[in-house]
Amino acid sequence: MFSGSVVPVSWYLVLSAILFSIGVAAFLIKRNIITVFMSIELMLNAVNLAFIVFAHRWHQVSGQIFVLFVMVVAAAEAAVGLAIIIAVFRARNTLNVDQVDLMKL
Amino acid sequence: MYLVLFLIFGGLCVAGALNLLFQRHPINSALSLIVVMSSLAVLYLLLGAEFLAAAQVIVYSGAIMVLFTFVIMLLNAGREERTHGSKAAYAVGIPGAAALLGALVYIFLSNGKLLGPTLLGASWVVPTAFSATLFRDLLLPFEVTSVLLLVAILGAVALARKEH
Repeated sequence: MFSGSVVPVSWYLVLSAILFSIGVAAFLIKRNIITVFMSIELMLNAVNLAFIVFAHRWHQVSGQIFVLFVMVVAAAEAAVGLAIIIAVFRARNTLNVDQVDLMKL
Repeated sequence: MYLVLFLIFGGLCVAGALNLLFQRHPINSALSLIVVMSSLAVLYLLLGAEFLAAAQVIVYSGAIMVLFTFVIMLLNAGREERTHGSKAAYAVGIPGAAALLGALVYIFLSNGKLLGPTLLGASWVVPTAFSATLFRDLLLPFEVTSVLLLVAILGAVALARKEH
């Protein structure tokens, strides 16, 4: 069954799980606010892969359309998030998340 | 051939993600994230999502990551230093992520027979079928995302503006 022209769905899901777990680990470990933000994008990409493999397996278009909406929201999130990062850097002069723990200066 | 392509680009994805995790300089992390996103576009193409593969390259590895590298260069971000918080994060983050990975991999592999195989070219979603669903059945959510993008643009401009 597993010849060279067939890949099991579970392998794609395992790849998605690996990427998501690396994203979670990077989100918790990284201290630079931009890298933390990038690990969120990595987790979104991992979820997108799972959506697309399920859309392929059950011949549904809706899984792919959900991925399109995730991309739109990720683009909006990146624009606003990076603007917030620029504002934080202006106020604190640092990008370390440990030094950005007060609501007010 | 399909299996080989999956292994090459899946391996590139994992290698890029691990490089994101281990690099100390944010620009290196950003460039390895571009590798992950471009390899994911190839996997989307293998799964028959041709429109999304193009959108992945244009939106993610194009627009979003260019924005990230631009901000990294604008803020002149240097190497991150280890702090007290990072030691606690190592103690919690690595075992937590490993436990999550173990649970997910166990569930997926134990249900592997049930999930079945993927075949190359078995279900190509042509852009006409994709757009028929998007613009007919899901017209309202599609229009709402345009408002979301407008709000995001206004918010980004308002937040990043210099105050006088």
